[in-house]
Amino acid sequence: MGSSPHVEFHGVSKTYDGQTMVVQDLDLCVNEGEFFTLLGPSGSGKTTCLMMLAGFEAPSSGEIRLSGRSVQHLPPRKRGIGVVFQNYALFPHMTVGRNLAFPLEVRGISAARRRERIRQALEVVRLDGFEHRRPGELSGGQQQRVAIARALVFNPTLVLMDEPLGALDRRLREEMQFEIRRMQQDLGVTVVYVTHDQQEAMAMSSRVAVFHRGHIQQVAAPETLYEEPEREFVASFIGDNNMLRGQVLTVERDHCDVATPDGIVRAFPVHHCRPGDPSVLAIRPERVSLTRPGVYTNEFEAVVEDILFIGDHLRLRLNLCGNPNFVVKIQNVIGHSAVLAGDRVRVGWSVMDCRALPDEEGAGSGVLTRPAAPLRSPPGDATGVSGTDRADVPPSTQAV
Amino acid sequence: MALSLAGARVRAAALTLPLVAFIGVTFLAPLGLMLARSVHEPLVADSLPDTLAVLENWDGVSLPGEDVFQALARELLTLHKQRSLGGVATRVNRLESGMRSAIVRTARQLRNADPGSWREAMIAAAPIWNEPKAWRALQRSGERYTLRHFLHALDLERDSEGNVVAQPPDQRIYLSLLGRTLMVSVVITVICLILGYPVAYLIANSPPSRSNLLLLLVLVPFWTSLLVRTTSWIVLLQNQGVINDLLVAVGLTTEESRIPMIYNMTGTLVAMTQILLPFMVLPLYAVMRTIAPSQMRAAAALGASFGQAFVRVYWPQTLPGIAAGSLLVFILSIGYYITPALVGGRTGQLISNLIAYHMQQSLNWGLAAALGAILLVCVALLFFLFNRLVGVERMRFT
Repeated sequence: MGSSPHVEFHGVSKTYDGQTMVVQDLDLCVNEGEFFTLLGPSGSGKTTCLMMLAGFEAPSSGEIRLSGRSVQHLPPRKRGIGVVFQNYALFPHMTVGRNLAFPLEVRGISAARRRERIRQALEVVRLDGFEHRRPGELSGGQQQRVAIARALVFNPTLVLMDEPLGALDRRLREEMQFEIRRMQQDLGVTVVYVTHDQQEAMAMSSRVAVFHRGHIQQVAAPETLYEEPEREFVASFIGDNNMLRGQVLTVERDHCDVATPDGIVRAFPVHHCRPGDPSVLAIRPERVSLTRPGVYTNEFEAVVEDILFIGDHLRLRLNLCGNPNFVVKIQNVIGHSAVLAGDRVRVGWSVMDCRALPDEEGAGSGVLTRPAAPLRSPPGDATGVSGTDRADVPPSTQAV
Repeated sequence: MALSLAGARVRAAALTLPLVAFIGVTFLAPLGLMLARSVHEPLVADSLPDTLAVLENWDGVSLPGEDVFQALARELLTLHKQRSLGGVATRVNRLESGMRSAIVRTARQLRNADPGSWREAMIAAAPIWNEPKAWRALQRSGERYTLRHFLHALDLERDSEGNVVAQPPDQRIYLSLLGRTLMVSVVITVICLILGYPVAYLIANSPPSRSNLLLLLVLVPFWTSLLVRTTSWIVLLQNQGVINDLLVAVGLTTEESRIPMIYNMTGTLVAMTQILLPFMVLPLYAVMRTIAPSQMRAAAALGASFGQAFVRVYWPQTLPGIAAGSLLVFILSIGYYITPALVGGRTGQLISNLIAYHMQQSLNWGLAAALGAILLVCVALLFFLFNRLVGVERMRFT
């Protein structure tokens, strides 16, 4: 492992029709030995980036470098990158052994060394003894492992994975997340991983780039993305956040006051802002508490619209500060379970847990947040941000 | 539960009964009857029962006795009265030329006479009755069940001792024609594969809007009448046709040396290839469509050149389509009739044209049936071989 750049994107743009930019003016740097994830909803440009890196697509402008060398004129077969495809792309007419031998044979590696490499690769993915099976005879998880083994068998230093766990069920997916992470660390390879599943990205990555409409919103370690989102999209895409829209009233050095329909909220300004700017406030449901008066800077009273019992915690839905789906997540400890739907409660949160972000989705719309995961919006209620997002993406880019 | 399921299955199967009945009446039964004709020919045996019965005792070398002449004369007169002599005469004539006129003349001359010696009267009417070969032909054509049509179809015959021998060289036509038919079918199949594979590849790997258009271009001729397409080839290829005119105009040939491209084997090959091409393209396309684009990408990412990726990854996965398309084209061309009949001229005729000739012109249905049966066996044999090598269940037709 090192920290020198392995993959670099410099001002990379991609368009298929000359009008719609699938990826726009992208800068990116992946260091050696990193597990780097491109995270975003479908159509956000992440897969296009991966395909450009692998060499199947050419950037419309900009430059991609591998270990400092431009790969503009390098065809895919000369890039020496291991690629794990979405549906594995195993060769169905070859046995597992032949599949793994393929990259070695085209490189002219001797039969004896091929056997040794194949044995090692199958050992890494824990499929020893499967050489003579055909892909069709394997389970989804086993096919996945074969695909990974095939991408590793010729010892690439960079491995690309395009939603490799998308076709697996949840349990297998979680198991494979650990496996892939372990293999990556054992072998010390650089992995660029594409997924739309933020939990997967958080669990596996050393760093994550969040994609939205062909732009990178933020590049950071998973903890940073969760604790310190810098853009509205990141705040709504990663984990649950209550979003409140308002207008900046005053700005101090370490806080700002934002006017919302239910009153003034004091928040932490992430970026420089001025009075009068539209702003969106992001507050994590678990950072909001039921409280007595006078404990928090931000305190509001609201009626509990709905209550959801999850087990270890409860989710209360409030209509607060212009957000009809304001969620409060409270631990299931004695006393709290006494809250009932229709009760009037007092909730509060601290300034540092309330991040004021520039309003990028446009102020004034009634529904402002991605609904907290298990909490279903009542019928007829509008859906969350991520749903409307996708409708904005031009159809031509959605398939990418 | 199991009972109701079985009931549902029976009901579902019952829905196919009209089709089964239709196929039985319009296809299987005529086919069976036609094939039976290749070995079963009862007309002579039914018409001349007495003659054949007394001929049983004949030694086959000397001239038969008066009783045989008498029996034959009586039966010929009866047949002549019933106006059914022609069919018998034709069938005997197939075994010994000259017998047709001999039989007809004999029957006509014996009509009014009631001679003391039938033998002398008949030999006077047609001297051929004096030769044992006439009687042998009569005897053999009286066999109710016979293999001679099959022998004939394979350019064989029985000599006077009853041994199977080759026909005289100038009469051997069927085996060489069968060989030519198989050869032409192989050539057409290979040309269709060479022409159709890239087309199918292009269609399967184009974006939907373009692939639909291309598919339409393949299907429109497929939907167009066979006869129209064949005659348009005549327009294009004939000596005073479009292509020759063009070649002359450009100066590639002269007015005197126009290239004969039709009414010969070239015409048959060109027209049949064009007509059968969709049967190759469609199964190929059906298979190629199921091969994900990521297969070639994966091969490229693993370090393979396009050639390596094609030979080792793409081509093997299209084998079921190649097999299906080739089998379809081959079997269709082996029995192709209308196109070679129209554009084949003398040298471009195939075995099916000869079958049609025997059905319609020479009226030797037994031989036509035998030739058809041999063709059927060829196809069945190929299909069996093919199933052994490739496996029919692995094929993809659509």
